Amino acid sequence: MSTEAKRPVLEVRNLSVSLPSGADRVHAVEKVSFTVSPGEIVCLVGESGSGKSVIAFTVMGLLAKALKPTSGEILLEGENILAASETRLRQLRCTRMSMIFQEPMTALNPVMTCGEQIDEVLNTHTKLDAAARKAKIIAILARVKLPEPERIYASYPHQLSGGQRQRIMIAMALVLDPVLLIADEPTTALDVTTQAEILKLIAELQDGQGTGVLFITHDFGVVAEIAHRVAVLRWGELVEMGPTEKILSRPEHSYTKMLISSVPSIHPVHRDVRKDGPTVLRTEKLGKTYSGSGFFQKARVVRAAIDVDLDIRRGETLGIVGESGSGKSTVARCIARLIDPSEGKIFLGDTEIATMKASKLRPHRRRVQIVFQDPYRSMNPRITIGESIIEGPMNFGLKRDEAIVRARKLMETVRLDPNSLDRYPHQFSGGQRQRICIARALAMEPELLIADEAVSALDVSVQKQVLELLDEIRVRLNLAVLFITHDLRVAAQICDYVAVMSKGRVVEYGSAEQVFGSPKDDYTKALFAAAPGRNWEFGKFAAA
Amino acid sequence: MSAISEDVVDSASISAASTKRRSLWLLAIRNPNVIIGGTILAIMLLIAALAPVLGTIDPTRIDPAGRNKKPGTEITYKLDDGTTAKRVAIMGTDSLGRDVYSRVIYGTRVSLAVGVAVAIIAVLIGTIIGLISGYVRWLDGFIMRIMDGLMAIPGILLAIALVSIWRAGLITVIFAIVVPDVPRVVRLVRSVVLTVREEPYVEGAISVGTPTWILMFRHILPNTVAPLIVQGTFLAAAAILVEAALSFLGIGIPPEIPSWGNIMAEGRTLFRVFPHNIFFPGIFLALTVLAINIMGDGLRDTLDPKMSKKV
Amino acid sequence: MIDFIVRRLIAIIPVLTVVAILVFLMLRLTPGDPAAVIAGDNATSDQIADIRTKLGLNEPIWTQFVIWIGNMLQGNFGESFFFKKTVAELIAQRIEPTLALAVCTLIFAVSISVPIGVLAAYRQGSLVDRVVMGFSVVGFSVPGFVIGYCLIYVFAIELGWLPVQGYIRIGVNFWGFLERMILPSLTLSVGFIALISRITRASVLEVLNEDYIRTARAKGLSNRVVLMRHALRNAAVPILTVIGLGIAILIGGAVVTESVFGLPGLGRLTVEAVLSRDFPTIQAVILMFSVVYVVVNLLIDISYTLFDPRIRY
Repeated sequence: MSTEAKRPVLEVRNLSVSLPSGADRVHAVEKVSFTVSPGEIVCLVGESGSGKSVIAFTVMGLLAKALKPTSGEILLEGENILAASETRLRQLRCTRMSMIFQEPMTALNPVMTCGEQIDEVLNTHTKLDAAARKAKIIAILARVKLPEPERIYASYPHQLSGGQRQRIMIAMALVLDPVLLIADEPTTALDVTTQAEILKLIAELQDGQGTGVLFITHDFGVVAEIAHRVAVLRWGELVEMGPTEKILSRPEHSYTKMLISSVPSIHPVHRDVRKDGPTVLRTEKLGKTYSGSGFFQKARVVRAAIDVDLDIRRGETLGIVGESGSGKSTVARCIARLIDPSEGKIFLGDTEIATMKASKLRPHRRRVQIVFQDPYRSMNPRITIGESIIEGPMNFGLKRDEAIVRARKLMETVRLDPNSLDRYPHQFSGGQRQRICIARALAMEPELLIADEAVSALDVSVQKQVLELLDEIRVRLNLAVLFITHDLRVAAQICDYVAVMSKGRVVEYGSAEQVFGSPKDDYTKALFAAAPGRNWEFGKFAAA
Repeated sequence: MSAISEDVVDSASISAASTKRRSLWLLAIRNPNVIIGGTILAIMLLIAALAPVLGTIDPTRIDPAGRNKKPGTEITYKLDDGTTAKRVAIMGTDSLGRDVYSRVIYGTRVSLAVGVAVAIIAVLIGTIIGLISGYVRWLDGFIMRIMDGLMAIPGILLAIALVSIWRAGLITVIFAIVVPDVPRVVRLVRSVVLTVREEPYVEGAISVGTPTWILMFRHILPNTVAPLIVQGTFLAAAAILVEAALSFLGIGIPPEIPSWGNIMAEGRTLFRVFPHNIFFPGIFLALTVLAINIMGDGLRDTLDPKMSKKV
Repeated sequence: MIDFIVRRLIAIIPVLTVVAILVFLMLRLTPGDPAAVIAGDNATSDQIADIRTKLGLNEPIWTQFVIWIGNMLQGNFGESFFFKKTVAELIAQRIEPTLALAVCTLIFAVSISVPIGVLAAYRQGSLVDRVVMGFSVVGFSVPGFVIGYCLIYVFAIELGWLPVQGYIRIGVNFWGFLERMILPSLTLSVGFIALISRITRASVLEVLNEDYIRTARAKGLSNRVVLMRHALRNAAVPILTVIGLGIAILIGGAVVTESVFGLPGLGRLTVEAVLSRDFPTIQAVILMFSVVYVVVNLLIDISYTLFDPRIRY
């Protein structure tokens, strides 16, 4: 971090970007200034709507037409690129500054081979002949540690995994040794183990070449892992900037304090686990097999869940953690009988519901309720939230006015205004909608509440509030909770027991303290080792 | 989609969406395309309704003395009580001496009736079959194979074949046009049902024990309304064109009922000398269909923006 | 790849079977005795009895279907009582003008519509875009026969550049053939151009919103390269799909256009057959057009693999 003396590769001065009229604020970015020095990784961190990505796109000159930079300068090695012509910008892209994106799955052209796509960069910006270009591409593919560079060169993107595609993107970005790399949430769409590898790769490559990196993220774990300096953004304004260690341990601005305090710790809190509650849910060798149907297609069999044995007692939270494709959501959906399990048994109390017919199942539906991930899609946009909440109780014979009384009470439980029952879902924020979904679930007076990635789409500060609410409700109503998440930090904070799933199987199962404190399974160990910022204990600051 | 929209534009569009949902229909009727198309269409509807009082005479009256008059010619014709009257045939007369203006004005009725009837009937039948197909899994395969088969027969040919079996007439023509349209509606409704039933809010409703028929009518069916209105508009426009084509070929509406298509059919033989028999109904036809299509474009842009990206 | 083609081939069998059943049932659903209907209005009772035995009309309906489909598969489409010929002969006689019209239209329409669609998408919101979109709506709305007569009026009657109507076989006089193909193809092209330019524009616009287009821009590629190399190839599949579906419009349009321009093709034959209630001919023509339609779309399906490496199951 002794890079202060060198001339910065990127200097953003007083940058403002205006939003189209009719938006909720005038500027996407307002009077933001910062620098990135050679060999330095600067993280722009903020919640959704903070304008962090807008800054990245402004630097690249790839801003959507609706957004316009209105003032300030962006100096790339001293050259103001806000004033540069389109031709000049094209010359700079991929030679002096490069960018990698959030979605590796869609960022590559599906109809061109990876080699061709990197070759385009060389063909556009250099005068190398075909053989030299190919040699250079194979070299960079090896440098980003892709196996069998020759094969990868000829592969189409759909033949590669997400992590491999992101490596292709990095290879493409760095093939001409730019001085600045902009990484826009490059690991957000990846699983935690892949994320760790990609972060390591970026850090290695930039360190070797002295590349300056502008790294956009919402994840403080990633910040702790990779950043030299951090800039915190809120609503388009830069609230605080400084060396990582200082920002994370001694933040000055109250917003930064609040944000960092909201990051859940990866170390589970000690929770008194009672062994006396009655078992609400028990699964026995639960399995789900998907088989590709159709006469003319090859039969493809996917075993999404295999021999899953779980049990939850009253008043307990069981977490299922795992990466994408681990089968954790499949298990949740089987238990809620949104899909039919292929094998095994599900006992709800004493009732076996795995094989129960749809008509007989209806009375038991009430007993298991589920809260989904996407707050924007989990309520019918055409009916009021009140109607959504009372629908279930009325299905089970409650009179309308009684149901409304119950709904009003529940709105208070989830800390929303009971008078807003006649509003529509779009009039609420994401966090509020998740609360309403919780209220809708509670209206059924369930025995088991399933939260399927229920806080994953929320910003960290909102996430914290919803988590606290869930835990409070669990205690107050003595509910059994099944909590599905990919986020180890969240799991550590809310779960009494944790089941770790991988490739459809439960690989480790025990109390949260036990699983997090001394994992036994190799996969679990690898998973925990990959958690970004695991060595950093995020402080809890009193909101100033 | 892009990180930008996720980050900033979305938060802006969310607050914009709060007003959007409820005023979608308001937005639709304020769309300039909807206004232009709607106005022309309204005028056509007015013409159809007021045909008898728009200075027309009996459109089927044959006058051997006044055959093949050019537009603007003064013609003398007999009234029912035996007296004679003079009038200017502003669109001329056809080879049987019938007044083209009166025929064109009355023809508006047939075209609009066919357009509206086909759209409504096709949408109704298609919606019912589409819902069944989307919801009753064991019937889905069977229904969709039949629909694939129907779609594999080019629409106008199927209509022609059906007309040839049933013999020409207004009702026959309407149903002959409906049959090839039904599979398109079925596909649309089925795809909406299949997509929406995967939505978390529908799963949420299932898990609170909502019976299937409430699920269908409260949570799923409303999603089909906007795309169906858009689709129905385009079906109406196409139906008017197909009716005109059938009548033009002499296999649609019989000549006793004046329709734009059969007025043109009448004018085919003497087209070189008297092109007015084809041009006047042609202009009305094109204008009406254009109006409906323009309106459909406007409705699609406002009511069904997802679809407007596709077509 | 072979695997894929075989699978697609097998997949069209149920569709064609349903088509065959529908076409077969069409006649059976006609009010009255099918034999009498087939024989036409002036048939003697002997002729009717003859047809009755030939088609096995006294057998159960599915036996009738088997006999019928067996005949169709052998190219025995029956006999036209109106034209006093076998239907196969009739079709063979009439196929050239229709084929010529379809090919000319396809070539002309595709070579015009794809470029203007791309241009409209590339300059979205500009005057060019609005003109193309405006033309497209008008092209959808004006019926083929009105366009045909307008073209005849201007180019044949007023200007006298081209013949009004008629057809000369391609082998007899090529220039005469070409002269008489211009106006019909132009007429039939209008709707087709409207459709394809619209879908091209929409597909390209959609592709231009994709993440990989942003990546291509971030590489420093020029707009032209981004458009031609990245956008167009990805937009090819939806465009091809619509060209395939548009064949149905082409076939329907051919019926009308041939009537306007007096081309002695299959479309004209269809209309004549309907007017004379010549059912064997109607059935055969519909069946044939449907098979062509399905097969063309099959070929297009297979051609996707050339454009998109992901489509290869």
